[in-house]
Amino acid sequence: MAEPTTLTASRPADADTPAPVIELTGVRKTYRTGTVEFEALRGVDLRIDAGEYVAIMGPSGSGKSTLMHILGCLDIATAGTYRLAGEDVGDLDEVDLADIRNRRIGFVFQQFHLLPSLSAWRNVELPLVYGQVAAAVRRDRAVAAMQRVGLGDRLDNRPGELSGGQQQRVAVARALVGEPDLLLADEPTGNLDSASTRDVLALLDELHAQGRTIVLITHEEEVAQRAGRVVRVLDGLVRTDAGGGR
Amino acid sequence: MTWTETLRTGWSAIRTHVMRSTLTVLGILIGIAAVILTVGLGLGTQKDVSDQISALGSNLLIVRPGSSTDSSGMRGGFGTGTTLTRADAEALASDVNAPDVAGVAAEKSSGASVEAGDTNWTTQVVGTTTSWLDVRGREVASGEFFTAADEESGAAVVVLGPETATELFGTTRVVGQTVTVDGTDLQVVGVLAAAGASGDSDLDDVAVVPMSTAADTLFGGTDRNAVSTIYLQAESSDALGAAYQEAQQTLLALHGITDADSADFTINSQDALVSTATAVYRTLTVLLTGIAALSLLVGGIGVMNIMLVSVTERTREIGLRKALGAPPWAIRRQFLVEAGVLGLGGGVLGAVLGIVGARVLPGLLDTSVVVSGAAVAGSIVVALAIGLVFGVYPATRAARLAPIDALRAE
Repeated sequence: MAEPTTLTASRPADADTPAPVIELTGVRKTYRTGTVEFEALRGVDLRIDAGEYVAIMGPSGSGKSTLMHILGCLDIATAGTYRLAGEDVGDLDEVDLADIRNRRIGFVFQQFHLLPSLSAWRNVELPLVYGQVAAAVRRDRAVAAMQRVGLGDRLDNRPGELSGGQQQRVAVARALVGEPDLLLADEPTGNLDSASTRDVLALLDELHAQGRTIVLITHEEEVAQRAGRVVRVLDGLVRTDAGGGR
Repeated sequence: MTWTETLRTGWSAIRTHVMRSTLTVLGILIGIAAVILTVGLGLGTQKDVSDQISALGSNLLIVRPGSSTDSSGMRGGFGTGTTLTRADAEALASDVNAPDVAGVAAEKSSGASVEAGDTNWTTQVVGTTTSWLDVRGREVASGEFFTAADEESGAAVVVLGPETATELFGTTRVVGQTVTVDGTDLQVVGVLAAAGASGDSDLDDVAVVPMSTAADTLFGGTDRNAVSTIYLQAESSDALGAAYQEAQQTLLALHGITDADSADFTINSQDALVSTATAVYRTLTVLLTGIAALSLLVGGIGVMNIMLVSVTERTREIGLRKALGAPPWAIRRQFLVEAGVLGLGGGVLGAVLGIVGARVLPGLLDTSVVVSGAAVAGSIVVALAIGLVFGVYPATRAARLAPIDALRAE
């Protein structure tokens, strides 16, 4: 906390380390409402390597949501560069960003965001639909992803027929189905009771153990402690970057 | 995302809101059915009118007294209405004057009361010549037509139309019976065959007498030589133009008129009559179709309204689909397809309603309704186009939503 300057979050890079999944350099994001300017991110440097499990923490207003949007390619930075799996996404148009999200990122949201009119496996296959994957292949992969999250017997249930924990597991299956480089979970346990929270966090642990790169945005300390590394954001800057408490 | 995917998604979105979708479709449906029916009614009426005129005979030119332009009034000469005479008819029958005219039948007609015993019936009494049968394309069903000798002598004979005979006697087997017109007894010598299948009763409700009988005995009046109409039959349809010219020249010469514009008679072909008679109906059809098309426009605005509601309601879905990798064009296409399906549904159901209406209406209104395949296909295409056109704005709005804003929407 002594140093108010930007803290470089990258770890010492060995020569044989693979390309980082995420590499932010001097990323700024400014919102403009009429004449009022608000700088949500004020120069963030962050590097996340393949296979890492990172929790991003920060109080509301800290800029962690903005950071998550930029990491998820849902929004683009005003300044600075963002390389996702080696690819500079800074000057991509909307269509290319959609393609990047489709291929490289799997989202898990706090409100699950499942489509209520579709059965569970139809929800899971959605990213493949936009990825132009053939219908027969989609079904197989969606079923495999559902089995992976332990819901192989709930394929044809509508989201309304599933518990909150099950719905979030369907959402995780949907995030996994496209084999993305990055799993981006935004407060995934925010709407769950403690049993379901344990359930979903255990699932994330398993996925991490299998080598998935996971970025988890949360404001709950105990959730963050599950991750191998905690990045704390305050006032639009990365303040601390430390190994998790495990 | 393939077209089938898009269609399936659109269809399931429509099915999710059955009531809303039904009402939207109803707006288009009513408009399409109205257009099909008004166009059908207009075409049907035009067909009825042209059928009636065709039933007058074939390759006909019709000469009437007085001059007229297409739509305004008549210009009468001195002694209006008596400018055509039996002498004109005789001149036109001459091969020298009018070689392309095959037959001439002058008519002197008037409405009159015909009595048979206790029954009387008001009908059209037509005085004419023996050529009338050929020129008007009629046949005698029983008995025979009056002869040249009858005409020469002004014989008291009559040929009845089948309907007239039935009204007077209750049967068409009336040859040898006597009817009375204006105090004159006439012997029925024949009964006409019904005029074709067009079922136009005017042609079957008629009493035909020799010209001389009509002029001298029945009608009398100041100018016994005046005739009300001269029917000319051309040698063939190709000769109609030549026959027209010859008839005009002959009559102008006979009447001592040099300028064809100031002629005291009018020659019409059947085509001209048809187009004059149908012009009014055509205007009316266009007007009514315009009103029906307006209702389609209102239906289209309904589609737009519902699609905007749908976009607003599904903002989060749009945001999610975008987050999962849907490019803007896929979102736009999805909502366009949905609007197109609503429009197409309205079009197809409206066409069905229109066709059913076209079956039912003739029974209620006594007019023909002509539903052409082109009108039906056209309406369906228009309905689809309306759905798509009015879907563009909502679909574009959906496509432009920013994914983060859309995901946050409540």
